[in-house]
Amino acid sequence: MPTVALPGRASAISDPGEIRLSGWGNYPKVSTELLAPRTPAGARDDLLGRSGIVARGAGRAYGDAAIGTQATISLRGLNRMRRFNAATAQLTVEAGVTIADILAAFEPRGFFLRVVPGTKFVTVGGAIAADVHGKNHHRDGGFGNIVDSFRLALPGGEIVSCSRSENAALFAATLGGMGLTGMILDATLRLLPIETAWLRQDTRVAGNLDAAIDQLEGNASSTYSVAWIDCLARGAALGRSLVYLAEHATRRDIDRLGPALAPFPSPRTQLLSVPELFPGWLLNGTSMRVFNELYFRRGAAHQGEPRLVHWDPYFFPLDAISDWNRIYGRRGFVQYQCVIPLERARRVLADILDRVSRRGDASFLAVLKQLGDGGGPMSFPLPGYTLTMDFPVSDSLFAFLDQLDVLVVDAGGRLYLAKDARQSRATFESGYPGLAALRDIRQQTGANARLASHLSARLGI
Amino acid sequence: MTGTKSILVIGGSSDIGHATALRYAKEGWRVTLAARDLAAAQRNADDIGTRSGVDTTVQSLDVLQTGQLAGFVAGLSVLPDTVVCVVGELGDQLRAQTDPELATTIMRTNFEAPSLLLEQFAQAFAARGSGTIVGVSSVAGDRGRASNYYYGAAKAGFTQFLSGLRNRLALAGKVRVVTVKPGFVRTKMTAHMKLPAPLTVQPDRVAEDIYRADVTRPRDVIYVARRFWLVMAIICALPETIFKRMRI
Repeated sequence: MPTVALPGRASAISDPGEIRLSGWGNYPKVSTELLAPRTPAGARDDLLGRSGIVARGAGRAYGDAAIGTQATISLRGLNRMRRFNAATAQLTVEAGVTIADILAAFEPRGFFLRVVPGTKFVTVGGAIAADVHGKNHHRDGGFGNIVDSFRLALPGGEIVSCSRSENAALFAATLGGMGLTGMILDATLRLLPIETAWLRQDTRVAGNLDAAIDQLEGNASSTYSVAWIDCLARGAALGRSLVYLAEHATRRDIDRLGPALAPFPSPRTQLLSVPELFPGWLLNGTSMRVFNELYFRRGAAHQGEPRLVHWDPYFFPLDAISDWNRIYGRRGFVQYQCVIPLERARRVLADILDRVSRRGDASFLAVLKQLGDGGGPMSFPLPGYTLTMDFPVSDSLFAFLDQLDVLVVDAGGRLYLAKDARQSRATFESGYPGLAALRDIRQQTGANARLASHLSARLGI
Repeated sequence: MTGTKSILVIGGSSDIGHATALRYAKEGWRVTLAARDLAAAQRNADDIGTRSGVDTTVQSLDVLQTGQLAGFVAGLSVLPDTVVCVVGELGDQLRAQTDPELATTIMRTNFEAPSLLLEQFAQAFAARGSGTIVGVSSVAGDRGRASNYYYGAAKAGFTQFLSGLRNRLALAGKVRVVTVKPGFVRTKMTAHMKLPAPLTVQPDRVAEDIYRADVTRPRDVIYVARRFWLVMAIICALPETIFKRMRI
């Protein structure tokens, strides 16, 4: 007999919850009970009486940060906006609302977010928990800087308001606290009024890593700056980059550079999607070398002439390709993101890039950014330079990354927890002196016994 | 500008009701959500108002209190241009077979109450000479099945009610009636069910299709997803001698 299920079929699944879950890197994949509350009150109730549990947003952390050791609470159902005050630009939203949701609703009305990460598909709760940064961190700080307050559900069920003046220590420890201080239910953010939603971009070509850092350093007054490094370049060209500098475009910029453009263009729709079984051989050395060469020539052709770039591809270039994480295949990948303090950055980053280029399996492009002070004790940023690269998971990868960790630790740097799937406790503890403050808070709120992700268990948080 | 148009969603605390109201709000329509669970409706109204910037209000309404439906419609401060009824309850079929009270509630919620309420709107819209009535029924009403025949029978009744209402109003003039038959939709109602991905849609897809059938490309009866029309055509074409032995 055929067993087509039709609407209204009463065959409820008795245990829908137990599933295999991974982060954006598809590594590691682990079993967890998945809870999907539909209201803030329901989310709080799901916390009660459970342990080994952590909240999950859009699942865009790369490693094991948003997978509970026993249970995971997906906050995607907390996707309602509460209120907006146009006079103060304050927006209150539930924790599962995404940056894409906010920009879709408010960009046409002349507001942006002062801090956005490299993808708009993260939730507000996740952005706070990872204290994400953008291309303007050196000037404007992390996501926590645009957060006025949030409500946190503690594992005992108590709901507390946190801001810089109320429960300030809990507020600070939650920025970058990876969901380990409590579950964020909602937050009030300050939006950025903008004259237009275009970016006026300047492109500079840097022949090697030193030149790229010179460019970033010399243009620290630019609102946005980032360098895309060609990881395939070696020798004297090691670290050759395109450096992108940008400002929010004014009406006058539009009049001058693109008078026909609408000042507040709609979001771009996703153009491409990567199939589940992406042929990995497409990403071979030759094709990448050709791609990088074309990419650099195109960038170099724009050198010295400012041009207007749509906000969506400017801030979120990879979002145009849905499921781009699939290009690394079934075993998944690790995104390695470290920050090296200013004074050691040039030497150590050159060393890392050299090893990576000789190894030859990293992503063909790496991202280099300047960072400023972190917002909370567990925030990733510190004054220095951060380098980001993808590596497909392979048998030899982890020993190689351990070697890079030694360089990072020696230089007084650290690794970004939102990307991490594999660092050791020793590396973590040396990088995060703020850990003591997080542990104190977890002790006080009872979170230490109850809130646990695979990341926190691995790192002994 | 359609800024002066307004929509009333009955069942405004539901996921399809929320998505539908938001779709209209994005075009500048003023929104009223009516629901029994006022707190849930208010949460949806706040979301719609914040996202769209339009005026959004809530009204308390328990459709099962059928004696109050005429008063509810007469008491509306603004008679909406479009009313969308998404009221429905799947219920527990197995329990309903031994619990007449539950069976009665399922049938009243899915057929009796929505029909009596929309009759009131039909009269008010006919008196005004304009309006669209959108009734969200279900593909489950196309053929009765063992797994949900109380729900299915009630939806079948609602579908036929809408058909008759459309016939009557089309003969009389300008009031339109749209029947919406969703298949699988990812909502609170189906949260506990495993649904086949190729045939399952999100609530905003239902909302988009409702808006289109009402405003941009008027239709009388729509299936969401559209391919469900074919699925149901095949199921309805099966001879009863075969159908009665199937588990679907």
